[in-house]
Amino acid sequence: MAEYLLSMSAFVLLMVALGLVRVARGPGYADRMMAAQLLGSGAIGVLLLFGAATGETAVVDVALTLALLAAFASIAFVQYVPTLDSTPPDAEPGPANTPGEGRP
Amino acid sequence: MTAVVSVGIVLLLVVLGLWTVVARAAFLAIAGFVAYGLLLALVWVRLAGVDVALTEAAIGGGLTGALLIGAASRLRGTEARCEAERCAPATRGLALLLSALVSIGLMVCVLLLPDPPPTLAPEVAQAMPATAVGNPITSVLLAFRALDTLLEAIVLVIALIGVWSMSPDKAWGGRPGSPQAVDPNGTLAYFARLLPPIGLVIGVYVFWAGADHPGGKFQGATMLAAMWMLMQMAGLADAPPVGHRGWRAAIAAGPLAFIAVGLLGVFTAGGFLAYPEGWAKPLIVVVEVALMPTLVLVLGLLLAGPAAREANR
Amino acid sequence: MNWLLDVFSAIAVAGGAFFYLAGTVGLLRFPDAYTRLHALAKADNLGLALIVLGLLPQVGSVLAGLKLVLIWLLVLLSGAAVSQLIARAARRREHQP
Repeated sequence: MAEYLLSMSAFVLLMVALGLVRVARGPGYADRMMAAQLLGSGAIGVLLLFGAATGETAVVDVALTLALLAAFASIAFVQYVPTLDSTPPDAEPGPANTPGEGRP
Repeated sequence: MTAVVSVGIVLLLVVLGLWTVVARAAFLAIAGFVAYGLLLALVWVRLAGVDVALTEAAIGGGLTGALLIGAASRLRGTEARCEAERCAPATRGLALLLSALVSIGLMVCVLLLPDPPPTLAPEVAQAMPATAVGNPITSVLLAFRALDTLLEAIVLVIALIGVWSMSPDKAWGGRPGSPQAVDPNGTLAYFARLLPPIGLVIGVYVFWAGADHPGGKFQGATMLAAMWMLMQMAGLADAPPVGHRGWRAAIAAGPLAFIAVGLLGVFTAGGFLAYPEGWAKPLIVVVEVALMPTLVLVLGLLLAGPAAREANR
Repeated sequence: MNWLLDVFSAIAVAGGAFFYLAGTVGLLRFPDAYTRLHALAKADNLGLALIVLGLLPQVGSVLAGLKLVLIWLLVLLSGAAVSQLIARAARRREHQP
């Protein structure tokens, strides 16, 4: 079982590596902003499988921390990247916004 | 099979490191660096350093990314000039040679390390029951090398003063950052209402679990600071003004309490930061609880940056 | 009984890995930033869910199992919010001159 879980974690790691290719290549900022999110969930999968394989229970805490902080890093990316070329961040609703945003 | 996972992680790290160095746009490099930090947490888990993995995931994954992005957005005026800059081939050759020499030197040092490595772990294991703390890392950080932890907290406060010193004169005493125009009914505000309570519970849990399991005040404080920063980014909270005495007192309270405990040790146990018999665990808890708000405030304010708005606004 | 739980874990973890594969293939092959966000969400939601489901019989205590489910819920929540924000940021850049 441990060997099997380890090989699964290696597989998920490979998937994360392949996903990073898109982050490196992807035209535009949106693809790069996905980096933190992809890595967050991928690394969490790898950590959980690795922790179950080696029997170390504290690894789940590391995965918990990663879940929280990767979300925070993704939000920081999304909030600040538009300011990298003087676009206002997540602004008040206006006529140019995307349709379908829930309005009160 | 663990070898395959390890080699895979190392290869990925090397590639990410190269990408971070080679990428010319600031945002690409930062994305690579945050990815590198998140993966480094995996390396630490593989090396059985779960406490370090927790700190790496919290600081390297989340906080450093936000800090670097904030720095990059302040530097956007110089971005074009930076990308157009080209060094002479001689400079690049010299830089390549120096980097290669340092890398080879490090590799040689690591390969020549004595085996088994010199370690104080057996002594720590022997002395740990006196501290009544289950996690050896915590016992080292807060009992055997408490002076290092005290100085580290003071260094953080000094770093905060350094960041504040970069405020423009007319903004001194005011709040950091510019007010964000964020839709109060949008996704970000919703997320920033939902996540911080959960983050608060998890942060306090990791802080409390540090006594007997991997964890501790630094990782917990990082999570709380990140949640506070999230609320600021969503416009639900505003950064405190730099000149406010109450906030400054709260920041100074942690190291002062730590120093007070140390002085108590001078009178009761014969040395600065010595703990009297049987009082180790309660004093460690007091120090941790005192340092936690300081760390949260310092880390959050480091992220917020220097004062930017005028005072009394 | 134990081997039955092991078989269940193995199948669930394999299913989770499959959805990670599907997410990565989508990330690499889809034509648009928005469609790639969809692909990424599959890895987050289904891939991690099946892995957590598969690991639930393997952990020692109820608390550890609850922690696993909490991790999945956090990833779900943050994935949903962040995908919305990324898509909106991308859309706004499209409307730029």
